[in-house]
Amino acid sequence: MAIEIEQPRVGLSKVAVSKTHGEDSPYFAGWKAYDENPYHETSNQSGVIQMGLAENQVSFDLLEKYLEEHSEASSWGKGAPGFRENALFQDYHGLKSFRQAMASFMEQIRGGRAKFDPDRIVLTAGATAANELLTFILADPGDALLIPTPYYPGFDRDLRWRTGVNIVPIHCDSSNNFQITPEAMEAAYQSAESMNLKVRGILITNPSNPLGATIQRSALEQILDFAVNKNIHLVSDEIYSGSTFSSSEFISIAEILETRGYKDAERVHIVYSLSKDLGLPGFRVGTIYSYNDQVVTTARRMSSFTLISSQTQHLLACMLSNKEFSENYIKTNRERLSKRYDMIIKGLKKAGIECLKGNAGLFCWMNLSPLLEKPTRESELALWKVILNEVKLNISPGSSCHCSEPGWFRVCFANMSEQTLEIALERIRKFMEQRKRN
Amino acid sequence: MGLLSRRATCNTHGQDSSYFLGWQEYKKNPYNEVNNPNGIIQMGLAENQLCLDLLEPWLMKNPDALGLKRDGIFIFKELALFQDYNGFPAFKRALVDFMGEIRGNKVSFDPNHVVLTAGATSANETLMFCLADQGDAFLLPTPYYPGFDRDLRWRTGVEIVPIHCTSSNGFKVTLPAIEQAYRQAQKRKLRVKGVLITNPSNPLGTTMARDELYLLINFIEDKQIHLISDEIYAGTVFTSPSFVSVMEVLKDRNLDQTQVWERVHIVYSLSKDLGLPGFRVGAIYSNDPVVVSAAIKMSSFGLVSSQTQYLLSAMLFDKKFTKEYMSENHKRLQKQQKDLVSGLEKAGIRCLDSNAGLFCWVDMRHLLKSNTFEAEMELWQKIVYHVKINISPGSSCHCIEPGWFRVCFANMLESTLKLAIQRLKSFVSSIAMKSQSHQELKSLRRKARNNWVSRLSLQSFYDREQDTTTEPH
Repeated sequence: MAIEIEQPRVGLSKVAVSKTHGEDSPYFAGWKAYDENPYHETSNQSGVIQMGLAENQVSFDLLEKYLEEHSEASSWGKGAPGFRENALFQDYHGLKSFRQAMASFMEQIRGGRAKFDPDRIVLTAGATAANELLTFILADPGDALLIPTPYYPGFDRDLRWRTGVNIVPIHCDSSNNFQITPEAMEAAYQSAESMNLKVRGILITNPSNPLGATIQRSALEQILDFAVNKNIHLVSDEIYSGSTFSSSEFISIAEILETRGYKDAERVHIVYSLSKDLGLPGFRVGTIYSYNDQVVTTARRMSSFTLISSQTQHLLACMLSNKEFSENYIKTNRERLSKRYDMIIKGLKKAGIECLKGNAGLFCWMNLSPLLEKPTRESELALWKVILNEVKLNISPGSSCHCSEPGWFRVCFANMSEQTLEIALERIRKFMEQRKRN
Repeated sequence: MGLLSRRATCNTHGQDSSYFLGWQEYKKNPYNEVNNPNGIIQMGLAENQLCLDLLEPWLMKNPDALGLKRDGIFIFKELALFQDYNGFPAFKRALVDFMGEIRGNKVSFDPNHVVLTAGATSANETLMFCLADQGDAFLLPTPYYPGFDRDLRWRTGVEIVPIHCTSSNGFKVTLPAIEQAYRQAQKRKLRVKGVLITNPSNPLGTTMARDELYLLINFIEDKQIHLISDEIYAGTVFTSPSFVSVMEVLKDRNLDQTQVWERVHIVYSLSKDLGLPGFRVGAIYSNDPVVVSAAIKMSSFGLVSSQTQYLLSAMLFDKKFTKEYMSENHKRLQKQQKDLVSGLEKAGIRCLDSNAGLFCWVDMRHLLKSNTFEAEMELWQKIVYHVKINISPGSSCHCIEPGWFRVCFANMLESTLKLAIQRLKSFVSSIAMKSQSHQELKSLRRKARNNWVSRLSLQSFYDREQDTTTEPH
């Protein structure tokens, strides 16, 4: 997947030939190994099991059942009367019915503890586009965004590549379960200043990728205070909000704003998507929810470059406005993810491996630091290669997530069947036993 | 509160242009045959609504394509998970076959050179990001699509330098005009990275002649720059001369496998030819593997929904259907265009001779009070607010000659088109009557003055009156 460019070709832009697309990272190299030798239950039982892809495959049956029973969602009804209007609909405001359905879905996920106005929803082709778009709006080239580590490897490309904006990390570590502290935020801010970078905002992912844990209320309050203090923006990427194992444990920044009477809200922007909670990454459905009118207007105009197919908007408007379906889906999805999480944690524990206590997401944050020869990035990568090539599991090394502590790995558990997960756990057990013996 | 970026606060989004203001007025008071017969008729939107009735029966006959099934079995999961930026292989294959068909199969396209994007809007911007740095420039023949000001410049920081074309030769691109534009760019200290043409042209509705394409290829070869050919209207060529793609010209001149071959890129979309702008299906086609590779990664920011890729791969693979569709599409476009042209002719308004597109380039210079853009704006406002038709003034397309307007014809029923023509006819007559009665009044005044003067027979008086009768009209 990594492209080989020996030297810049005459005639292309700096952006085109730079490596900021990040595809040379081990995060993507592991995928390559998987692509070349993918595990299959019957035809390739010794292949690489993909545990580096944060996909939600546990609840498809619910979606398929809905579509079977509601063909009008995919076919615009008998005789396709709505087809014409839908095919012509390219208004960057987006289908009103879809925005309403999204607003209501987001409210349901938060147990009704926050309200969302459909007119503040801007639609984009995926959260990837939403994050880049917000960066274009909130920062100029050369400016900086502060992001807590470890963070999603894709941010290096999404937030920096075409925007020319820098990421300055807010270092978090295991001493306090990787929570974000005011000291760490201040240190990052100072670091940016010392590099002459103007800080325009802080971007958090809540629930966190790769930690698989929600951010606590007190931390959210501190983060918002920090943003107010420094007069910067706060972007909260909440794409895993529907994947919290228990509804009450996720606290959205929207709830914090609600309790503060929406004071300081115009600096806050939420990113959401249906790729993780509904398991539909192929449909490209992302949103920006901003409390700032100018951001909403500008984002809407910019969304021209990344609109959601009206065919898809129609299908999802039908699906998500069906309250019976959406309530049942959210509840069932949470239960199944929780069950998977318990399964993998128990399995890893049996193998003598500890994980960060998690309560959300499609992955767990595994601690293999005791296995490292030396507490260095090189040792971590060496261990990662062994796990990829010998144990035949693709997992994501913490260094690809910019974790400052070597030895942590993100392991996905929702993108495979239970049987495959058992096999993966078995391979890990065998590997750990072997290491003990040696 | 922290300020927004420069990009967010500038107005390169272009929404203050008359092009968009007209749309806003239309939205406030849209024509409807039944509910609002006095509303504004939208002729400022280049949409193809003439053949959607052909797509509907196809959809009914192919329930699997819509229902996310293959041979009656749900493949929903497979599609829902498919987010590979390389695109659905079946869709790319079907798309390149369709593109080849449109070009009479005189060129064939390789699916591995295709990058799918959420619409041509995204494709054009992505190409800018790939080919130019902030502060570089692309040369564009005028008049051009108003959306380019935003699409090519807003987030990329790339500049547009116009290649001015005029009615003296049917707005064709000439070597002196290109060279003049290049010199202008150099004067402004801008590095020119390429030329972008729209062929068939928006707003002209004409296809480029072979010699124009030769001219452009020679120029980019000489200056070692890129050529982007936005061919989104390729399937709307309804009469001769037939469409000649820049790829065909390169092949004819045996320039494939040379350096210039890798510097020519095509943009395509299904929004105009198939009338599906809502589905967001665009594509970049390039022979430069580095451009393809960079553009594919960038397409992550604007992928085509897999649900839509699946539907359209089935549709485009049905070659019998697409052939019939395109043939009927051409017939209907031709008829509607003829109706508009002849209707306008009866009102004394001429159009540029056109063979493609969803619009005509209409000459209303004779209706201007003066040969200025102020007069053009005044006329435009009258047409939008009083005649109640939204059309696009040439100035919004950067035309250097005042008085030209783009008038769309493919986004309405025949009856609505007739009504629009009727309204314009009445408007033109009323101007003529006003002008005539103004003339009559002036002539009466002159007679009266002459009588009075002859009674007084003073030369100085007559001289003074002569001065006051020479006002412009």
